[in-house]
Amino acid sequence: MTQLLLLAVINGLIVGAFYALMAIGLSLIMSLSDVINFAHGGFLAVGAYLAYSMAPYLGFWGGLIVAPILTALLGLLVERFLISRVYGRDPLYSLLLTFGLAFIFEDVTRYIWGAQSLPYQVPGWLMAPLSLDLFFLTGYRVFMIALIVLVVGALFWVMTRTRLGLRIRAGTLDLETVSVLGVNVRVLRNLNFGIGIFLAGLAGVLAAGQLGLTPTIGSSLIMQSFVAIIIGGLGSLTGTLLGGLLIGLAMNVTAVFLPSATEAVIYVMMALVLLVRPQGLLGEEGRF
Amino acid sequence: MTFDVKKQAPNIIVWVLLLTLPLWIEHAGSYIQLGTQVVVMALGAMALNFLLGYTGVLSFGHAAYFGLGAYGAGLTLRYLAPSTGSAIVVGVLAGMVAAAVIGPLIVRLRGVYFAMVTIAFGQVFYFVAFRWNAVTGGDDGLTNWKRQPLHVGPMTFDIQSNATNFYFFVLAIFALAVAVMAFLLRSPFGRTLIAIRENERRTRFMGINVNLHIWLSWMISCTFMALAGTLYALLNNFVDPRALFWTQSGTFVIICVMGGMRSFWGPLVGAAIFVWLQDYLSSLTPNWQSFVGLVFVAVVLFFPRGVLGILRRRALE
Repeated sequence: MTQLLLLAVINGLIVGAFYALMAIGLSLIMSLSDVINFAHGGFLAVGAYLAYSMAPYLGFWGGLIVAPILTALLGLLVERFLISRVYGRDPLYSLLLTFGLAFIFEDVTRYIWGAQSLPYQVPGWLMAPLSLDLFFLTGYRVFMIALIVLVVGALFWVMTRTRLGLRIRAGTLDLETVSVLGVNVRVLRNLNFGIGIFLAGLAGVLAAGQLGLTPTIGSSLIMQSFVAIIIGGLGSLTGTLLGGLLIGLAMNVTAVFLPSATEAVIYVMMALVLLVRPQGLLGEEGRF
Repeated sequence: MTFDVKKQAPNIIVWVLLLTLPLWIEHAGSYIQLGTQVVVMALGAMALNFLLGYTGVLSFGHAAYFGLGAYGAGLTLRYLAPSTGSAIVVGVLAGMVAAAVIGPLIVRLRGVYFAMVTIAFGQVFYFVAFRWNAVTGGDDGLTNWKRQPLHVGPMTFDIQSNATNFYFFVLAIFALAVAVMAFLLRSPFGRTLIAIRENERRTRFMGINVNLHIWLSWMISCTFMALAGTLYALLNNFVDPRALFWTQSGTFVIICVMGGMRSFWGPLVGAAIFVWLQDYLSSLTPNWQSFVGLVFVAVVLFFPRGVLGILRRRALE
């Protein structure tokens, strides 16, 4: 039992870190641009499939680096030519726009790569368990965690130590003032969107190694990221990270005791958080 | 009260078209079940528009209540009683109770945050339907049941095998539901909802309990949505978890926007266009989903007011 629970906790943290990666990207975009990016899962799938297609030429490591960058470039284009056109209008329109994009992304990936599930090759030595006692702890999982920690750490560094991060954080509080102070808000939002999509693309490559590839990979993962944001508190990156880890843990621990409630448990958590702290665990009061 | 023909013209046109639909639908190259589907989707979209268009609250999770209605009706017919009437009552109650419980958790939220929480909450019902295999049939859907003929006193209406009869049955319920919604919107309560949409803060300063009104509007909206869901299940004699999936919620919102959110009949126009377009595209190409997505993008970028919004603006100019 202890062994099983330990497995659930470690697995939960891994899955949670993955949700956090996706949720942080969503949260960045939502905080600065007031857009719920329903196409986030679509970008994730694109990242995953790009890595799959590039693997024969660039190998696993090349794909891991290049695919998220290409996905981010696609994100910059989509933001520049589509999403930026609905800023300042009723938020309804941005939601519908990204909704439509989500449909298109899913269908186009199905058209190009097929509806059937594809395996994604991870280097053999990464798939081997690290020790016999902890058979489930493959190198890939440890690597996944290390990479996510590295990337999230880098993101926090950017947000707190660089001018870009300072402007993004200021923009989430008062975009108009930031604009008046001479910052090009259009570029700022564009870059911010690109960062968010980069994280989605990276999450896609990592998910591909763990779950395999299907066109619906994105739409099946995005709701958990919403829950992570709501639990952690919108506008707080630390909160979102915490929310992601919490739901990952909750899902995996529940799966040990009551497998049929694996998904439902995070919505119960969300309901409790909304009841007690509507702004989320680390969210600021009065923002929404 | 005098009868103002000009003011009543839209109502007359809508009802004449709907009542005569079985006569002309096949000449228009379509079939009666599609007409029924339009009416069902229109009822759902009008229910959503009660909240979205008239209260100004951004709900993206309405598929949940649509699906609850559908599963409520399907499960009743499958396990409880072979009665279409009870199926509808149970489905509507299921949606209403769920909305009443979730309401207090969300009425304090606004804007995109409200949208995100409602859509996330909707997913819980999807997972229940998906996971609870023994009862709901899981991913394969709930089968082995059929809508039953309707008994009213000594009379029996065959809505089971006669598609035209079923259409008129759905239309009668639609008429009733729409009449109730129109009545509510004209009442002081409805005017209060519009006031909240126009300026929430000012409405609050007038001493109106805004959150209570939003909760009530949310419940009314979800209840009628569940009603639409029950009819949808009866139409297909089948329900599957896709009726509850979050993408279905977006469909209802785009139907409202496409027809015109600020017009009472807008969602009906949107439903007619959307249902027909989806049917046409899916017969044309397996990649119809991309085209539906393109419709979303095009509506947002080029026709944000919807069909009736554009027509009304033309009429004013």
